[in-house]
Amino acid sequence: MPLAWYSPQPERQEIMNEAFFDKKEYKPLDRVDGRLKVTGAAKYSAEYPLPNMAFAVLVGSRIAKGTIKSIDSKAAERAPGVLAVISHLNAIKVPGYQPKGEHPSEPSTNGQPLRVFFDNKIVSNDQPIVAVVATSLEKAQFGASLVKIQYTKEQHKTDLEANAGDAKLAASAKKNPKSPTADYERGQKDAFESAPVKFEAEYVLPTEVHNPMELQSIIAHWEADNKLTVYDKVQGTKMTQKNFAKEWNIPEENVKCIATFVGGAFGNGLHNWPHETAAIIAAKQVKRPVKLVLTREQMFTMVGYRPRTWQKIQVGATKEGKLVAINHQSIGQTSSYEEFTESTLMQTRMMYASPSVSTRYRILPLNLATPIWMRGPGEATGAFALESAMDEVAHAIGMDPIDFRLANYTESDPDKNMPWSTKYMRECYEEGKKRIGWENRKLKPGEVRDGEWLVGYGMGTGTFGANRNSATVHAELDKEGNLVMHCAITDIGPGTGTAMVQIASNTTGIPTDKITFHLGNSEFPNAGLQGGSSTVNSVGPAVLAACNALKEQLITMAAAKGNSAFTSAKPDDLMFDKSELQLAGKSAKTTLADLFKQNNIEKIETTNESKPDENRNKYSMNAFSMHFAMVHVHPFTGQVRVKKIVCCADAGTIVSPKTAESQMIGGATGGIGMALTEDAVMDHRFGRYVTKDLGDYHVPVHADVPDIDVYFVNKPDLLADPVGSKGLGEIAIIGVAPAIANAVFNATGKRVRELPITPDKLI
Amino acid sequence: MIQFQYERASTAQAAVNALTNNSNAKIIAGGTNLVDLMKRNVMAPNKLIDINALPLREIRQQDGKISIGAMALNSQVADDKLIMEKHPLLSQALNAGASAQIRNMASVGGNIMQRTRCHYFYDTALPCNKREPGSGCGALEGMNRMHAVFGTSEQCIAVHPSDMCIALVALDATVLVAGPKGERRIPFEEFHRLPGNQPEKDNTLQNNEMILSVEIPDNAFSKNSHYMKIRDRASYAFALVSVAAALNIDGKVIKEARLAMGGVAHKPWRLKEAEKALVGKPATEETFRQAAEIAMQGAKAYKHNAFKLKLGPNVIVEALKNAAGLV
Ligand SMILES: Cc1cc2nc3c(=O)[nH]c(=O)nc-3n(C[C@H](O)[C@H](O)[C@H](O)COP(=O)(O)OP(=O)(O)OC[C@H]3O[C@@H](n4cnc5c(N)ncnc54)[C@H](O)[C@@H]3O)c2cc1C
Repeated sequence: MPLAWYSPQPERQEIMNEAFFDKKEYKPLDRVDGRLKVTGAAKYSAEYPLPNMAFAVLVGSRIAKGTIKSIDSKAAERAPGVLAVISHLNAIKVPGYQPKGEHPSEPSTNGQPLRVFFDNKIVSNDQPIVAVVATSLEKAQFGASLVKIQYTKEQHKTDLEANAGDAKLAASAKKNPKSPTADYERGQKDAFESAPVKFEAEYVLPTEVHNPMELQSIIAHWEADNKLTVYDKVQGTKMTQKNFAKEWNIPEENVKCIATFVGGAFGNGLHNWPHETAAIIAAKQVKRPVKLVLTREQMFTMVGYRPRTWQKIQVGATKEGKLVAINHQSIGQTSSYEEFTESTLMQTRMMYASPSVSTRYRILPLNLATPIWMRGPGEATGAFALESAMDEVAHAIGMDPIDFRLANYTESDPDKNMPWSTKYMRECYEEGKKRIGWENRKLKPGEVRDGEWLVGYGMGTGTFGANRNSATVHAELDKEGNLVMHCAITDIGPGTGTAMVQIASNTTGIPTDKITFHLGNSEFPNAGLQGGSSTVNSVGPAVLAACNALKEQLITMAAAKGNSAFTSAKPDDLMFDKSELQLAGKSAKTTLADLFKQNNIEKIETTNESKPDENRNKYSMNAFSMHFAMVHVHPFTGQVRVKKIVCCADAGTIVSPKTAESQMIGGATGGIGMALTEDAVMDHRFGRYVTKDLGDYHVPVHADVPDIDVYFVNKPDLLADPVGSKGLGEIAIIGVAPAIANAVFNATGKRVRELPITPDKLI
Repeated sequence: MIQFQYERASTAQAAVNALTNNSNAKIIAGGTNLVDLMKRNVMAPNKLIDINALPLREIRQQDGKISIGAMALNSQVADDKLIMEKHPLLSQALNAGASAQIRNMASVGGNIMQRTRCHYFYDTALPCNKREPGSGCGALEGMNRMHAVFGTSEQCIAVHPSDMCIALVALDATVLVAGPKGERRIPFEEFHRLPGNQPEKDNTLQNNEMILSVEIPDNAFSKNSHYMKIRDRASYAFALVSVAAALNIDGKVIKEARLAMGGVAHKPWRLKEAEKALVGKPATEETFRQAAEIAMQGAKAYKHNAFKLKLGPNVIVEALKNAAGLV
């Protein structure tokens, strides 16, 4: 039966054949900032020793809902070195706070961010309610321990399952029925009911916390009454600049955000949080630069988290393994003041060729702080349910789970009804099977042993939109052939600078050690957030455009000086060979030094913007991943040891093979945490987390992480963007957790549907 | 964290005097536990007595026993030739604890004295009878997955977190302590206590006493011992359940046995009845299973830790199998 939405698009193939392979190959390159990082020379946001700096410590509320009855700050104020004890009682008015209870910044989530120190309302436990500012960190900490706060408690709600009945449609869905959060229906409504094979199950993902190594930190410095500089751990310098300009009612150009290095973030820097405003208020109030670094405990409550999510999935199939219907619903937590939503159910709409699909996405406002996207955001959550369910159905009909997936492969996007720009998942299935040793897998669980240990194999797939935003890069080339670029984009660790240097080198032929990419400063040309796997796809094309613009200038200069070979040359024809300029296929050459001398200039420069184009309306653009896991499970003690992971990715062109591989390794490691260890446990009687340090909240340690073998299809997607890349950071984790859960099932016959899979669930 | 005084003790006697003169003073050794607790305002000594300069780092063979100084580092003991040869169980247990970095700081005395990791004990916004007598036990009806199944009281269901101590109690160790009236020896099994109505008391050491050393009598267990720790990740996590097993096997028959469990009680949990059940029996899985059943008698689970009733005996059997060389 031909699928209704499938229409082959011949043009697509032509574009692909336009030989990318003429270009130079991207080779593995050490991180350009690696040396700075390992020698400690890289400066993170808390590491700018400004003169006269003061230190702030936040005191969090001890109840989850209610009001502040009183704050006794006398002892704290008298403590040595304390400069101010700031709360709603004495905080200066933030000019941007709106009287109707609105916060002026436009959060990346819907709703109104918390207005810190605004009133006496408590909306979540550990909500920052007092800042103690002192001349040293220790003095501020001591001062903070002396503040006595009394509350009037109200009944709080923090338990997702207990309050699931209050879940609701997101406002974004009500406004726009085409929103990813809206109810979705394809095909026949009750198709599931009449399917020959019916499967139904519920899955739960616990709250997870980003927990990057670097604690969230900010130094707020009012350089003048209306001029603010923040050294801030964020994923968007421009976002931060805009938000604080609005909040303080000052011109954007008066706000500067510096985030040159970010020590991991995984999404928690995609939002400006109350602690940042608290530091800015404090700096204004004590008239000194103020440094504020959150504690590890506060990282659990003040800067977002991956929301606990309940899901139910129904899969209908034929006995031969053709999908008939998928119904997928989810409920995720949010706060009482912001509507955090994520794309939990999107993969279900487009990954498999199911003629009927329905999704129901709901959120549940609770007395918790606002969640924020965490690596592979909703997709990773949704993939746990979908990819576990696919494995369960394959098992039910006695089919190999890879064969089952291949039998339902989509040749075009059944959700958007558009062809894929590119999709190379078949290559991933083939390569992944080989590398993990899939032939050793037995259909029947519990059949393979290694000594006492049970052995199992599993896999899971993932996908994420090949997002692209507009971005601008400034580039400058001097007569020695040094290329220096600037862009406001941040780098939270994936190796943005390295990737950009490689793109520039690849485009120009200039050796990588003569190229510098400056980032992480709002004064540099515009770029969006580092999030949603969009950096290489967005900033990469701007680098490309800038490099080509420089080449054009050189060609024009050469041609103007009578070098006739250059008159009809295009940027693509021109390459640097050391300091010489070469024209492809021509013997004509000139040197940069000569050219600059002839023209009497020291350097050339350019600023170029690159934007998504109309191809986005014609093609569905996604990056795809596939993770394979081999696990050992001890039958009596329930311990799981992941023995091997193979990650396969169709992410378009891999511009920086070494840092890209690191991305995949990091994502797989995060996936091991999601599958086996991470769990922010809350005692709902108090609405407080009980596992809130790195001793109790278990991220994987080295002993949990096996060999991770990475395979990239590495074929460009030139429809997505001129660099041909589709993004990598998110797909690195999406699908890992179900791959491990499926492997555990294959080893033991036990299906764990509530993560993490700890030993107690397997004995 | 509150302000405190800091003093470096030059002799054990000076440390004891300082403790005697100030009931709110505390010894600091590696600081890996005490400093954490101070940062969280769980403990607030107004004086710290640093004993790092005292000559208490030595590990030496004496008549019929090995003596380990209270300031010997966890990593030092774990890697010590004499310990690895004579008491590999202790070496294994130490290496199963914390991380290499922490073991490089942590002392034997501090390890014995380390406080529970109960979540409610650590968070001053939550009730805890151990931290604040009379405030209630948060864990009793709370998130008690990590908590005790033996010897609990209505006042406290916390567990003692150490791995090293599980091996020490199995090996019949003795703690040598110094106090104002001189030295005394406390059998390891009597060192830590059950919570009863005084959960604020972890052990029987007096406020003005300090640990000088730990002594382990020579034994015949070095060939057949095993420490098995089950935890939520492969390393660097506290035990869900751990078992120290030591056997003296003559031919196929068990002549002597030592068995202790961690992660199940307010103190290192020695399993004497199970040991008796092993003696004189063949070293087989069947024997071990029977002993494990006896070991779990009297265990009582709470809402989230019932799995320990099943995991416990399984780990006993696995540890014994490993000790006996059956795996
Ligand atoms: C993240 C983390 C994970 C850990 N994981 C484990 C684990 O898996 N297994 C495990 O067993 N342990 C674990 N530990 C605990 C670790 O073993 C202890 O912190 C350490 O042994 C304490 O030794 P210390 O010398 O640093 O003690 P300190 O912190 O200096 O002191 C601890 C206590 O002992 C008292 N004290 C110290 N020496 C003496 C003495 N000679 N006489 C009387 N009192 C004394 C102090 O007054 C204080 O009350 C972990 C710790 C951390 C931080």
